[in-house]
Amino acid sequence: MSTWEERGGSPAAMTYVETQASPEFEGLRSKYRRWVFPVTVAFLAWYLLYVVMSAWARDFMGQEVMGNINVGLIFGVLQFVSTFAIAWAYSRHMSRHVDPVADRIRAELEGGGR
Amino acid sequence: MSSVFFIQDGTSSGQRALTITIFLAFVAVTLYVTIWASRHTRSATDFYAGGRTFGAAQNGLAISGDYMSAASFLGIAGLIALFGYDGFLYSIGFLVAWLVALLLIAELLRNSGKYTMADVLAFRMRQRPVRTAAGVSTIVVSIFYLIAQMVGAGALVALLLGVTGDAATNLTIVGVGALMIFYVVVGGMKGTTWVQIIKAGLLMTGTILITVIVLGHYGFNLSELLGDAAEQSGQGAAFLEPGLRYATEAQGLTGKIDLISLGLALVLGTAGLPHILIRFYTVPTARDARKSVIWAIWIIGAFYLMTLALGFGAAALVGTEEIAAQNPAGNTAAPQLAQAAGELVGGETGGTILLAFIAAVAFATILAVVAGLTLASSSSFAHDIYANVIKKGDVTEGSEVRVARIAAFLIGAVAIGLGIYAQRLNVAFLVALAFAVAASANLPAILYSLFWKRFNTSGAVYAIYGGLISAVFLVIFSPVVSGSPEALFTDVDFSWFPLSNPGIISIPVGFLAGWLGTVLSRESDADKWAEMEVRSLTGAGSEKAVID
Repeated sequence: MSTWEERGGSPAAMTYVETQASPEFEGLRSKYRRWVFPVTVAFLAWYLLYVVMSAWARDFMGQEVMGNINVGLIFGVLQFVSTFAIAWAYSRHMSRHVDPVADRIRAELEGGGR
Repeated sequence: MSSVFFIQDGTSSGQRALTITIFLAFVAVTLYVTIWASRHTRSATDFYAGGRTFGAAQNGLAISGDYMSAASFLGIAGLIALFGYDGFLYSIGFLVAWLVALLLIAELLRNSGKYTMADVLAFRMRQRPVRTAAGVSTIVVSIFYLIAQMVGAGALVALLLGVTGDAATNLTIVGVGALMIFYVVVGGMKGTTWVQIIKAGLLMTGTILITVIVLGHYGFNLSELLGDAAEQSGQGAAFLEPGLRYATEAQGLTGKIDLISLGLALVLGTAGLPHILIRFYTVPTARDARKSVIWAIWIIGAFYLMTLALGFGAAALVGTEEIAAQNPAGNTAAPQLAQAAGELVGGETGGTILLAFIAAVAFATILAVVAGLTLASSSSFAHDIYANVIKKGDVTEGSEVRVARIAAFLIGAVAIGLGIYAQRLNVAFLVALAFAVAASANLPAILYSLFWKRFNTSGAVYAIYGGLISAVFLVIFSPVVSGSPEALFTDVDFSWFPLSNPGIISIPVGFLAGWLGTVLSRESDADKWAEMEVRSLTGAGSEKAVID
């Protein structure tokens, strides 16, 4: 094992490496990733389902539900609704579960870290 | 509604004068704001990032103003007016795409970058190869987009002012180019941002006005509006169903795959557009970047929902045939509807005023978008190519900004030249191509650098060139360039790739190339990765706002 200085690292970078390995930072990363990764997969799948059905399930998309409003239009408007809802939910998740931890780590780093 | 002949009829000269007056008022206000902004532009951070002092709501409006191009305003309203449901389908990808930017990119980019997309890509890599690749990709995407907008501006003048002939078209393109160069060179990011904020305000005002008139006319009964639109379109119920524009029955399986390919490029491209990415640097913190994207999602979402009223309203009140007669691509649907809607509330005068207003908004829309594109490409040239590749980082702030201003001049001149050269060519595909390149080259490189520890210089270079070259290569041999009646070149046929949209192939190619490049190289910098990951998630050491 070579020492930190022998590898050319600066004390500031050392702090980043230590921080990255800390349980607090690992918790922050997992709180962020465990929310955004599944949600991204979900909204992309939901969008692709809409496009695929517009291409292959036309009879179903053309079924009228209320007056002249058909399944396809409702499905399309639901894409807007889900986008608004996910944006709102993301903001709520971040401010409740991620921002406080991020602020704590940042304060430690900028306060005494260097 | 046969009275709607807004170019040929007697009111056209009055309308023309009014359009020009409103547009000149917009130009006067934006020039004043630009000159004001230039007095507050001293440092490189001011020029590239507007001093990072814009509020979340301001930046949200500016993002919307940067994003909602004439292609989405006139284009989508026109698509809905001519093809009904399929136009609506197109707009949805443009909105959902913002979730990629919000969840995965905006905040991390703000925390770890400085001025350009390449700042993030090159953070833990060897600077020269990565910045060269990112600079090339930024400039290519921006120029494609710019040419489409410039040609669109040239076509608009004939449609909205009734002036025809090469001289008028060329003059318009030169005028638009000169204004955009002025905004960027003189006002930098501050001036450009204010142009975009003002444009977004005007565009939303006009759209809300027409939407309320159209919906009011149908007693706020959407079903009745749709029924009338279907009837006036001559297509009946098929107008409200998929398949009139994309993946028509005649195109068979190829058409369906092409539609998926287009959908992928739209939903994944937005978060890789350099002129959008640099907007995240204009706010003080990553949290403001988050809030500004949420603002943008509400504004852009509301706008696209209203294009439903615009498009179906145009089909119902103007008539699909009438719109297609004016412009086969439907680009005049929104202005034609503005006239019809104005007439509903204020008679002939009302029609003239609303048409003039919407026509002026259309020009303002183009100006704000081309200014954003010019700024993104000149920033990348100066900061990535000149300062970090040519001068290897040994450059003063002052000379870097001077080079950015010169680059804005040159890129603007190139865009004017190509816009004039291409005005008789069908370049509508260039916008979709810009999205495809952004999704295939930029997005993989950005996502890997933000989330993959092992990612390295070779991976970034492979991802960018792999995605860029495969997207452009496939389009060159696609039916949009040769071998179809609507192609760029109609007298030759060297096409063999059946899809108009390369995304379904080129996006996986970009991601695979990035992976392959990474594993082929042993380079890996765990210390820089620690710094980047900690900074991006916590905001420690991020660039501060410049208070002046």
